[in-house]
Amino acid sequence: MKSRTDRTEGFGTGVLMRIGAFGLALVCVSVVLLLAGVAPLDAFREIMGGAVGSWSDVGYVLRAWVPLLLAAVGLVVTFAAGLWNIGIEGQIMMGAVFATGAFRVMESQTLPPVMAVLLCVVAGIVGGVLWGALVGVLKTFGGVHEIFGGLGLNFVASALTLWLIFGPWKRPGVGSMSGTMPFPEQLWMSELVGMHVSPWALVLGLAGVLLVHLLLKNTHLGLRLKAVGANACAASRFGIPVSRQIMLAFMLCGALAGAAGALQVAAVYHRLIPSISSGYGYLGLLVAILAGYRALWCLPIALFFAAINVGSIQLPIVLQVDSSLGGVLQGLLVLFILMADGARRRWWAGRAA
Amino acid sequence: MQVELRDIHKLFGTLQANAGISLSLPAGSLFGVLGENGAGKSTLLKILSGFQRADRGEILLDGQPARIRSPADGIRLGIGMLHQDPLDFPPMTCLENFLVGRPGPLIPSLREAAKQLLALAGELEFRVEPGAFVDTLTVGERQQLEILRLLGLGAQLLILDEPTTGISTAQRDELFRALRRLVLRGRSVVLVTHKLADVQQLCSRVAVLRKGQLAGEVDMPCDSGRLVELMFGKALRSPARQSVRGAKPELELDDLGIVSRGQRIDGIQLAVNEGEIIGLAGVEGSGQNELLRTCAGILRSAAGRITIGGRDMTGRSHRHFLQSGVAYLPAARLEAALIRGFTVSAHFALAGEARGMVVDWDGAARTAAKRIADFDISARPESLVEELSGGNQQRLLLSLLDAEARVLLLEQPTRGLDVESAAFIWEKLRERCGRGACLFFASSDLDELLQYSDRILVFSGGRVSAPLDAASASVEDLGRRIGGRNS
Repeated sequence: MKSRTDRTEGFGTGVLMRIGAFGLALVCVSVVLLLAGVAPLDAFREIMGGAVGSWSDVGYVLRAWVPLLLAAVGLVVTFAAGLWNIGIEGQIMMGAVFATGAFRVMESQTLPPVMAVLLCVVAGIVGGVLWGALVGVLKTFGGVHEIFGGLGLNFVASALTLWLIFGPWKRPGVGSMSGTMPFPEQLWMSELVGMHVSPWALVLGLAGVLLVHLLLKNTHLGLRLKAVGANACAASRFGIPVSRQIMLAFMLCGALAGAAGALQVAAVYHRLIPSISSGYGYLGLLVAILAGYRALWCLPIALFFAAINVGSIQLPIVLQVDSSLGGVLQGLLVLFILMADGARRRWWAGRAA
Repeated sequence: MQVELRDIHKLFGTLQANAGISLSLPAGSLFGVLGENGAGKSTLLKILSGFQRADRGEILLDGQPARIRSPADGIRLGIGMLHQDPLDFPPMTCLENFLVGRPGPLIPSLREAAKQLLALAGELEFRVEPGAFVDTLTVGERQQLEILRLLGLGAQLLILDEPTTGISTAQRDELFRALRRLVLRGRSVVLVTHKLADVQQLCSRVAVLRKGQLAGEVDMPCDSGRLVELMFGKALRSPARQSVRGAKPELELDDLGIVSRGQRIDGIQLAVNEGEIIGLAGVEGSGQNELLRTCAGILRSAAGRITIGGRDMTGRSHRHFLQSGVAYLPAARLEAALIRGFTVSAHFALAGEARGMVVDWDGAARTAAKRIADFDISARPESLVEELSGGNQQRLLLSLLDAEARVLLLEQPTRGLDVESAAFIWEKLRERCGRGACLFFASSDLDELLQYSDRILVFSGGRVSAPLDAASASVEDLGRRIGGRNS
């Protein structure tokens, strides 16, 4: 189904305004950089160089791309149902926690490593689903708005992670902020030659995008989710059980977020660390919004955001600028593009009237 | 204050709420504005008090043209309006509510304000507890507080919009006494109402509005017959319809109790047979929609039983009702029935039976094309529903109704439609009755009620009448009952 904006409004002006918004975001970041006494062009060059300077850099970008992509398309599902799943951070963390738990069991088993890793990813998905379902239960049965429920559960998940790292799962001797003991190497996901990225993770990420795309485009479930999101009252007139769709949306998003968390453990850190989610949940919100809540558009946008994330790691080393500059750029980008969309809508409304 | 409204126009979308109304309100009078729902009364007085702006027209206060662009302008010029649903702040105390909107120092003197509140209340014999929280008050008490607040702000002209809805008889008497007292002290009062009894008891002169125009002005006292005629117009009766009422009961309401705006309406007793059409008459918001929603399982009944096709459905969910052959069409088509951003085809995909996981978009488009032809809808399968006109949206909704549905519940089925669309909708509805479905519909159009119903229930003043035989009822009779006069 085409969205309304595509049909009634000029597609060309939309693209132009977005490019303009992108330019404005760069200008604003440049001002920040100038205030910090750094030449903007140097900084942008460093970010680009850090992201695509070598095959190894590209590998790091892809490694960040996958969890971001999974989080973003998961959020496309909840947005379709009209839900703000802020709790996605917690769902990623619980995915990581469940996966770590499974890895700890696997260490003492003699399963083939491929099977073992697969089971750990499945465990992560289960963790995400449970944490997502909890937000859904709070909303449908407890009347707690999903933003508050999700935010609360994020803190719980974060505290639980820390407790596990410093308590039951601490390294021999004393617990450390650097996380639990790394798993034995045979349980690490295999990586592409010369790049620190697992092909299996890439496959999983792309499968997630495809799944969400097809779900929302072609299935009855997707249609019902969108109906609930667009007008829950009318949807119930069609005999659609609204609470059930809401639960399903949270669980689906939880599954994708849980997979992202499991990959953070299985393919990136090989252990549980305190900030295991790396903020990919919140960043995923920005990606999903920028993608206009469309799964396929998450592919390039998440890639771009991952590149900024990885590229800005260079900044403190070369230019003595904090790497959070990348976050400033991402945030401004979203704000300006949303503003451009808002301005365009106003303009069209003005013309129509 | 002497008020003159000249040639007031107001358009909402395609609805002409006020079409050139001119009215003169003499100073120090108790003036009534009477009309049925949608006649344009509230709009007119919201324009006078600044809550809405007229598209065209002029307001003169004591002969001087006045620009009233906001409620703040209104109150500064001495015009205060009491709205049908109290516009107060329930989580705050009476005293705090009294202080809202009042000019004064940054930190107001609570003691002074309390003294003033109690003095004003004493004058009107209202009982107010300054420290009581508004959400603990009844609607009547909140109304009294709001009147005191407006007077405290210096209102010389007090407009009351349907003030007697939702309050007790004792509170109504109290209110009327206070209003008479205000007029004796030189203030003006405008009472906006649909109830004949209100204007007959209180007002000295009444303007009657109908369909956005001034139908006439009369000095009181005036008999009910004349007022009803002005309100509803002289109706041309259409030829009596052929009833297709069968013998088998389809929907039975046994001593049903519903809740409407916090008021219980009890003892609804009715058996609707297949093919029968029941009309629900009354000013909107008198409980008709609540009855329809209760029959659709959206609202829980407060008492009694609902039986559909011989099966007790009391307490079941909306989905169970839908599955047992109930269909419900709300009046707010685009808000509560259709899904904005979805195409016509997508609606059929949603309404149809889901076979397998994947949506059969081609099948949905074929169904859509067929129904578009059958129901003569000006749309294509890929049109977005919000692009359709009201009449076509209603046709679409009708075409979406489950063919198996045995009980059709409709709120205002022809509201906002042109004559041709309305006739088409009824043709289709009667076709379904011919096939054995029974039909329940709420309407504010008395002609429609009389023309299509077999029996009519009248909702008025928190009660539902016994079913009236439509064939022997007249517009005047119905109007009287809606206005709360049974004789």
